[in-house]
Amino acid sequence: MKRILARNRHLVQRLGFTGITLMAVLTVIPIVAVVIYILIQGAPAISWEFLSGFPRDGMRAGGILPAIVGTLYLTVGTAVFSVPLGIAAAIYLSEYAADTPLTRTIRIAIINLAGIPSVVYGLFGLGLFVLFLKFGTSILAASLTLSIMTLPVIISTAEESLRSVPQAFRTVSISLGATRWQTIRRIVLKEALPGILTGVILGLERAAGETAPILFTGAAFFLPRLPHTPFDATMALPYHLFVISTQVPEMPIQIQYGTALVLLAFVLTMNLIATVIRSRARAKRQW
Amino acid sequence: MEKSLNWREFIITRLIKASGYSAIIFVALIFVFLLREGLPTLGEVELKSLLSIRWYPIEDYFGILPLITGSLIVTLGAALIAVPFGIGTAVYISEIAPRWMREILKPLVELLGGLPSVVLGFLGILVLSPYIRILLDLPTGLTALTGSLLLGGIAVPTVVSVAEDALDAVPRAYREGAWALGATRWQTIWRVTLPAARSGVLTAVMLGVGRAIGETMTVMMVTGNAPVLALKLGSLFSPVRTMTATIAAEMGEVANGSTHYHVLFFIGMVLFLISLGVNIAASSVVFRAKKRAERILS
Repeated sequence: MKRILARNRHLVQRLGFTGITLMAVLTVIPIVAVVIYILIQGAPAISWEFLSGFPRDGMRAGGILPAIVGTLYLTVGTAVFSVPLGIAAAIYLSEYAADTPLTRTIRIAIINLAGIPSVVYGLFGLGLFVLFLKFGTSILAASLTLSIMTLPVIISTAEESLRSVPQAFRTVSISLGATRWQTIRRIVLKEALPGILTGVILGLERAAGETAPILFTGAAFFLPRLPHTPFDATMALPYHLFVISTQVPEMPIQIQYGTALVLLAFVLTMNLIATVIRSRARAKRQW
Repeated sequence: MEKSLNWREFIITRLIKASGYSAIIFVALIFVFLLREGLPTLGEVELKSLLSIRWYPIEDYFGILPLITGSLIVTLGAALIAVPFGIGTAVYISEIAPRWMREILKPLVELLGGLPSVVLGFLGILVLSPYIRILLDLPTGLTALTGSLLLGGIAVPTVVSVAEDALDAVPRAYREGAWALGATRWQTIWRVTLPAARSGVLTAVMLGVGRAIGETMTVMMVTGNAPVLALKLGSLFSPVRTMTATIAAEMGEVANGSTHYHVLFFIGMVLFLISLGVNIAASSVVFRAKKRAERILS
């Protein structure tokens, strides 16, 4: 047997390549299928009334406006906290930090933040923001929880893109008399901006689609009006989809697919923007 | 002018340094709050009953073993899917695929990582579970297997991107050496490239498993939520309840400060420690740090 295999090693290679290719195809097909299936099933539900109306009849009719607005609020809220903090942390790691045990601890902490289960973030948010700091179940508490979850994504992509700016740019700037901060702000940040933006959008995309961290920190089952202040709870698309697909009996299937489609469109649009920014920046880069 | 510039620079540098430490502070804060709310469990519930096999909080039965075995069996199933398919896809992308194919596949796999888990759970309920029920002739399609299949999909992007990084990092000279000795490309992949990248591939597997064990919404929606001990392989075909799903499903209904509340935080603490262990182990396996960002993103 072994000899046959050895003699026919090109046959083995062809079989092996076919097998691996098949595996890759089998991995990708379901992804495409999911997106197309939801598009087809959900499209008939989309109407102006569905996008701009309030839920009626125990959410079995009407629109999903409060959930859409809620997800927007949460995404913006998350950005407000995580973007400045994340970029500042990335600047520290890329421009200031030496390779010390402390820096290595920071890196391990970032990797760990990225690995913590989303529901544990929810528990943490409940313990710290909702109960200890008494923000209540609110947009503020949910945004803060999502921010911490998003932080590792933003820090690591921003750091990578800061690091990819050639060292010579910094040397020249400093030798022309600029201070370190001037160099970072006017030269390094400017060059790294597309990469940072890509990371920020991908991080926020994930925050927008998350359910578990907002379950007990800010998500409302149903609200008859839009939230007025950051201390109000809010409906949100992912949580709404969860509610109407598991908690509400006799839910019209169309509304469920419609909600899934709106959520998917929200997330995919962000993904697309990030991809476009990245590929355009790559094409334009001259170093 | 000179003076005010120095002053501003000083403040900004301080702020940046403080932000740099934020990751450590947050990990510590998370741990402290889990301990604060979770540790009272040990005073309220006897260890013996905590490690029993009955989870029925309404009557004060807080045995977390069924939840642990539930998490384990779903994760095991997911790993059986995600590891071969993830590594296979990584090998394809890095070693076999032509360039244009790579440009299509990589964003698609990245897209899978961005699909909200609640959407996958939703499709799991409506599409996958009826198929499983009919195909395997089961009383319900909401089983551990359903969870494993979806969770496998969720873990794949993590495995693919880390494993691909690792394969990518193998110097080209290794492959050229093997080819020069007369090995086929297939032999080179199996006997040279993969072994050379094994620590990175191992990291990929660990991070994938870590991703799977922490996933919440999908498993909560499709695994049927029955806290029964799952020890046999046959349990794959019956409903189970994972640790993450238990927290997500029950936290909304408990009174703050009650025993049940403390136990749920205790479970969160266990999950935190598992992910800490997995990630520290994974990051201590030496491999190229340059593409860390992509690993975290997936």
